[in-house]
Amino acid sequence: MNWDFIAEYLPMYERAAILTVKLGVIGIVFAILVGLICAMIQYHKIPVARQIVAVYIELSRNTPLLVQLFFIYYGLPKLGANLSPEVCGIIGLAFLGGSYMAESFRSGLETIAPIQRESALSLGMTNRQAMQYIILPQAVSMSVPAFVANVIFLLKETSVFSAISLMDLMFTAKDLIGLYYKTIESLFLLVVFYLIILLPVSILGSLLERRMRHAGFGS
Amino acid sequence: MAETLLTVENLTKKFEGNTILDGLNLTIQRGEVVVIVGPSGCGKSTFLRCINALEPIQEGTISLQGTPIVYGSKNLAEVRQKIGMVFQSYELFPHLTVLDNIMLAPMKVQKRNKDEVKEEALQLLDRIGLKDKADSFPRQLSGGQKQRVAIVRALCMHPEILLFDEVTAALDPEMVREVLDVMLDLAKQGRTMIIVTHEMQFAKAVADRVIFFDQGHIVEEAAPDEFFEHPKTERAKQFLNVFSFEKVEHNK
Repeated sequence: MNWDFIAEYLPMYERAAILTVKLGVIGIVFAILVGLICAMIQYHKIPVARQIVAVYIELSRNTPLLVQLFFIYYGLPKLGANLSPEVCGIIGLAFLGGSYMAESFRSGLETIAPIQRESALSLGMTNRQAMQYIILPQAVSMSVPAFVANVIFLLKETSVFSAISLMDLMFTAKDLIGLYYKTIESLFLLVVFYLIILLPVSILGSLLERRMRHAGFGS
Repeated sequence: MAETLLTVENLTKKFEGNTILDGLNLTIQRGEVVVIVGPSGCGKSTFLRCINALEPIQEGTISLQGTPIVYGSKNLAEVRQKIGMVFQSYELFPHLTVLDNIMLAPMKVQKRNKDEVKEEALQLLDRIGLKDKADSFPRQLSGGQKQRVAIVRALCMHPEILLFDEVTAALDPEMVREVLDVMLDLAKQGRTMIIVTHEMQFAKAVADRVIFFDQGHIVEEAAPDEFFEHPKTERAKQFLNVFSFEKVEHNK
């Protein structure tokens, strides 16, 4: 192991890691938004929109992120939309993550028995109030485990970004291997930086899950 | 002449081709305690759910103090505030403390002052002996305690009428009494109540009027003593027989 090499290229990995985290976080925030909207449409069984959402979810979950990124990166410019690689990465992550988030929120909503809503309505709450005060708070805590798993999954998926020439961690490692043949060092740094990003998320996630389990709802 | 609170006219409820409720007529006066009994699946619970517009109906009208109660209508949330409902499965909100369960609707729906609501909630809890559970979560309570809290939650909205849907059916026998005592107390206070129950002794004690349902019809309607001692219809006699046992003769 050549430690001098590692020390020299550490800053490069740092920059790449920052880019990975930045795109990952923004992409996941949009994925959450897309997921929430889709879950609400499905929960309320809104006609037409519901079918569109179902098609989107199947399309998004059954095609690889790499393929989705290629469509966005090479396909959209043909339709006249010239997007930077960063924006393409974010859109790709939101497109992929939206469906996974939607499924986790929907299953959370479905664990809340309809009679809980009726109980809220019988107290004079409107549908909106029942959703806001009774259903959502319970559903959110039910979907925490799936949500955490999705966040970790999506952060890992960012490694595909290198394919659309984004200088993320994966790109940097491949670049350095190509330039200097320092395979071991480059891969070592790659693993370390992914762990630095993902371990805290993972630990935080299991703490959150334990807290939720401790709160152990169930009437 | 007492004030008519609830009027049900020609209520017909169908579900998947079956007629659950078939042209029911009923009026309830202020302060009246009406107990509905009948075999399982006769439509008792459905009837209560229709009064609260939790179920769509196919024909007929339901009105509370002259205000029609229509499934899916705009003013529903307003009418429902006047109708307290207690469910068999309690349906407390598991993510809120006992006190928050009680205070949520008065504060968010009726926009009442927090301190005033809290004072009333604590008073009501004290009355049912659960003041020390105010900060507990529902999962920390026994079934009987949960059901008493559910009753208090309904009361805190100051409803005109209370609906009880087999509220002791899910309870262990020794907890049934504590819930029934709360309901007896409410009856003494002159509350208007419609109670669906299988507790015949309780029905006899609490009711001003007993209504016997079978297959979506009101088969018999009478004062409790009359209904339980001298049922007029054959169907009611059959039904009441289920609750009495004859002494077994041992062949020695």
